[in-house]
Amino acid sequence: MSKTSRTGITMPAQAKKGTIIEIRAIAQHDMETGYRYTEDGKRIPRDIIQLFTCQYNGEEVFRSDFYPGTGANPLIIFTTEAVASGTLVFKWVGDGGYEAVNQAQITVS
Amino acid sequence: MNLFVFCLRVLPLLVILIGVDSSQALEAPKDTRQSSYYLMTLENRAMQDDSNLNPAAFWVMDGHSLWKEKIGNKNVSCASCHGDSGQKMAGVATQFPKMQKGKLQTLEGQINQCRTSRQEAPALAYESKELLALTTFVATQSKGLPIAVEETPQNKKDLQQGHQFFNTRMGQLNLSCAQCHQDRAGLKLGGSLIPQGHPTAYPIYRIEWQTMGSLQRRLRNCMSGVRAKQFEYGSQEMAQLELFLMWRARGMPLETPGVRP
Amino acid sequence: MTEFNPRSNPIKLSRRTYLSALGLFGLSSWMAPSLTMAKKPEAMEAIAKIAGSNTIRDGRVNLVIPPLVESGNLVVLKLSIESPMTANDYVKAVHVIAEENPSPNIFTAYFTSRSGRAELTTRVRLADSQRVWAIAQMSDGSFWRGYADTLVTLSACTEMI
Repeated sequence: MSKTSRTGITMPAQAKKGTIIEIRAIAQHDMETGYRYTEDGKRIPRDIIQLFTCQYNGEEVFRSDFYPGTGANPLIIFTTEAVASGTLVFKWVGDGGYEAVNQAQITVS
Repeated sequence: MNLFVFCLRVLPLLVILIGVDSSQALEAPKDTRQSSYYLMTLENRAMQDDSNLNPAAFWVMDGHSLWKEKIGNKNVSCASCHGDSGQKMAGVATQFPKMQKGKLQTLEGQINQCRTSRQEAPALAYESKELLALTTFVATQSKGLPIAVEETPQNKKDLQQGHQFFNTRMGQLNLSCAQCHQDRAGLKLGGSLIPQGHPTAYPIYRIEWQTMGSLQRRLRNCMSGVRAKQFEYGSQEMAQLELFLMWRARGMPLETPGVRP
Repeated sequence: MTEFNPRSNPIKLSRRTYLSALGLFGLSSWMAPSLTMAKKPEAMEAIAKIAGSNTIRDGRVNLVIPPLVESGNLVVLKLSIESPMTANDYVKAVHVIAEENPSPNIFTAYFTSRSGRAELTTRVRLADSQRVWAIAQMSDGSFWRGYADTLVTLSACTEMI
């Protein structure tokens, strides 16, 4: 059970206003499903990331729910419109008080 | 034999012989070795190739952090001797397993050797997150470089022993490595294609394990697959088998950190 | 060499027919499982929960999964939903439902009018060969769906730690 972990964001640092940019977000996390058992028959409790959000200059532009059926070290590739220069803040929240935050700057001309 | 039969049988032969470039007869036979990278789906290959899709990238980062961490009674880091960036490790992973002070050493073994003797810190357990991270970090510095394990007078005995293990039947299923990975490579076992078994990408992020793992873990999988008594982690037999496999793959480029199904 | 005369041994013939029917059944269920097997009830329940009393129309939702997968532990999944993605007409949410997983909901995404395109790529776990559904909810309250079928193979040599 971890409280936070590494995350990675890949997106362009610059974009023309009105264009659509691609964002890749990945988090290091085992995503323990809760369906596995130890050798002595004890169930390993669920420990997953449940929520991913992307805020662009404070406004939420994308959200995603993860489940036990979401793969380990979860990756999400999504798009957003480059509306203005500023900061994109990415947040992952999960079981056991897990929380990870990452951010990226973008210059929109 | 009539003229017609003569043409049918001998002429094609003549055509082939004449058609062949004479210089080809003197060339070395075509290298038929192939990394199991080429047996993967395009999606999995893309996962390996792109560092922002490859989960192993996290282990490389973890490894770099551990590389710079001062630990042990000596309070030194790997970086203290080998440099912060790790670039000095380029070419190192391609030479392991190698003879160090008369003993056959794997890359994991060497890392632990440094930890215990130079840093005076406890050795890391095989398949622990830390050892995998450090091994991945060091091996990644050799990405793209050809595997450079050659036969030497010093490693000859161990290499021969490793070769013997490869060719010896083992387990309840009574199969040798060679029977699948040499004789039947490219054919199917169940739904999977049998790879040639070259350790070009280790440590790997194995999708079946959903985490990073070493060559020794993979070899133990094979042994349990034929219901054989598995070689122990860090054992002499493991090192000898690793030595043979790396020698068998000499010249092939290192792909670490790899992704495999 | 004696010729085989089907009329000479009626018992052999009926077993033959029975076996080939079984084979055909197996073959057809392998090729088109939805036609011969019942759909997983929990998956259908999950879909019903999403759409409520609304009808779900086929189309606009393009779900891509590799048709043959070496390991179900990490399967690349691509979604693309036709929509102008304007302030008045955009995809609000898409729910991914796996028929044969222990829990049917495996991924949900919530787009906004700022998304540009209703497209995403992620990686999911698939427990077995199955049909995966994507149910999209539009800003106008309509529901659309698409699906993809995949065969999940298992590794030949299992691990004993």
